[in-house]
Amino acid sequence: MKIRDLFEEIFLALLGNKARSGLTILGIVIGIGSVIAMISIGQGAQGSIQSNIESIGSNLIQVMPGTQRSSGVSAGWGSSQTLTAEDADAIGAEIFLANAVAPEISGRYQITAKGTNTNTSVVGITASYPGVRNVEIEQGSFISEQNIKNMSKVAVLGPSARDDLFGEEVDAVGQTIRIKGMEFKVIGVTKSKGGSGFGSQDDMIFVPLSSAQKFLVGKNYVSTISIQAKDAKSMTTLQEEVTALLLARHNISDPNSADFRIMNQADVVASASSITNTLTLLLGSIAGISLIVGGIGIMNMMLTNVTERTREIGLRKAIGAKRKDVSLQFLLEAMVLTLVGGVVGIFFGWLASLGVEKFGGITTAISPTSVFLACGVSAAIGIIFGYYPARRAAKLNPIQALRYE
Amino acid sequence: MIWEEGRRRWEEGNRVLTRVMIECKKITKTYLTGTGAVTVLKDLSFAIADGEFVAIMGPSGSGKSTLMNILGALDIPTSGEYFLDKKSVAALSDDELADIRKNKIGFVFQSFNLLPRSTVLRNVMLPLVYAGVPKEERESRARESLSNAGLDEEHFYHLTNQLSGGQMQRVAIARALVNNPSLILADEPTGNLDTKTGEVVLGTLEELNKKNNHTIILITHERGVAEHADRIIQIRDGIIVSDERK
Repeated sequence: MKIRDLFEEIFLALLGNKARSGLTILGIVIGIGSVIAMISIGQGAQGSIQSNIESIGSNLIQVMPGTQRSSGVSAGWGSSQTLTAEDADAIGAEIFLANAVAPEISGRYQITAKGTNTNTSVVGITASYPGVRNVEIEQGSFISEQNIKNMSKVAVLGPSARDDLFGEEVDAVGQTIRIKGMEFKVIGVTKSKGGSGFGSQDDMIFVPLSSAQKFLVGKNYVSTISIQAKDAKSMTTLQEEVTALLLARHNISDPNSADFRIMNQADVVASASSITNTLTLLLGSIAGISLIVGGIGIMNMMLTNVTERTREIGLRKAIGAKRKDVSLQFLLEAMVLTLVGGVVGIFFGWLASLGVEKFGGITTAISPTSVFLACGVSAAIGIIFGYYPARRAAKLNPIQALRYE
Repeated sequence: MIWEEGRRRWEEGNRVLTRVMIECKKITKTYLTGTGAVTVLKDLSFAIADGEFVAIMGPSGSGKSTLMNILGALDIPTSGEYFLDKKSVAALSDDELADIRKNKIGFVFQSFNLLPRSTVLRNVMLPLVYAGVPKEERESRARESLSNAGLDEEHFYHLTNQLSGGQMQRVAIARALVNNPSLILADEPTGNLDTKTGEVVLGTLEELNKKNNHTIILITHERGVAEHADRIIQIRDGIIVSDERK
């Protein structure tokens, strides 16, 4: 039997029972569509979390104060005040792998400006901060070495802080704000970085580190030292070297009683992506179940089909169809159904993920991998779930098949 | 050899025919059932010449259906030999039997067995599809075959479920004819038709035999139907009880 004739037979058979063919295709459409949509949501979440983490800066290690211990009593994380700007200078000077070092001290204060006021975090920083933490300036200029040396009362606003104090799109450069009752002159506004919730860099006010220590906190310690590694590979070594240096500087011999802790960005990325991978896997397996249900739908339909068309199969065999002709016809019928379902499913999955992105506000990403995966799976379903009914049809005895009522 | 043997046999029967179409030698068919073996056909031997119109007659349970299955290459005998058009068919595989059916046999069934929801022409062309006949050739052959079977051209594009019983059986006959088979096997072709329509269908078969010299085997349990053939082989309990010629 020629391939072209075979396909003609298949299409006539499938069109002969449009309702059933359509319902079977629908099962596969839902299966494939949900795989595509679910995986795109999972991968979109992964991508947005990763870009959020990376917006903090790249190849970053952060040193934060640890537990203050006095005669065995712990005061909790962050209570120690032993981290200083000198520690940061020492890291920059002595550790070769540290590309740039940015110490900072932060606190929350009530800020007022021309009758409006807000409560936000004020961060004392050095000139190296923008490079290390990926902050870009939108208007005006950033805090300079000169500002730090002079303990100038100048401030750079994050865009959200600017909006709260002066209103959206208002030129704030040159205005003054009051922090803890002291006047600071606004010299610049940073670019928005997006992201929300805790630690959004859009809702911050930057001031010189020296000014913050002297006028706001009144103490000489820093709350975080951000260190940028030369490259991603050297992060672990850098972490070890920083630990050793700080332990030596703080005269601590036992690493377990260190008064600081170090957070490695690579670890954060790894743990975040393991969470999103689990999420993707979860969503994918839910979708996979609906795909299997769709596949069983195909098998069910093909089996009913074989039973219903027993006499027809008997006739085909009586007029000379071989086993191969019959099994190929039924197998290809199943495969055509899954393939059509797969293509339509990919289209609807794509539509669904666009809809989720537009109305649900969740970033989605359709990867070619998930499309290929879905195509492959739908073809495989056609073969696997079509094989058994096809074999059953081919094995029918023509004599019994012709008598079948 | 077979040719000579056939010639000898037909001379014995006071008929000079050119060629043996079917030759059965000691055909036995045994089915294994739960309680034991049941022998349905017992050492049947007979021959049918090219161009004969033979009726195989017998009551139900006589073994005539089993014999038809073997003659139609749908089944193989437990023992014995069966030559169809000089080719041994007794011990072939499923696919080889399918080839024999495709090239040498045309079936007409009691219940027509037409494809529903398809046109008359497509039904008649179906054997040609499996035989690998080029598409261009199929329709003209199907049309020729349909007019030989006596169906009006106006019905060619009708769906089979719109036809009357007599018309459906004509379509089935046309389908059996379309491959130019060596043998047409009609299994109770009038069983689902009223007497008058049945007569017309039998007339068509007679005409195909007389005019176009097709070899036809008619399987029936009715004397009146069998009378249309030139030779009647009667079977009872798996053996031939009579073999008469008109």
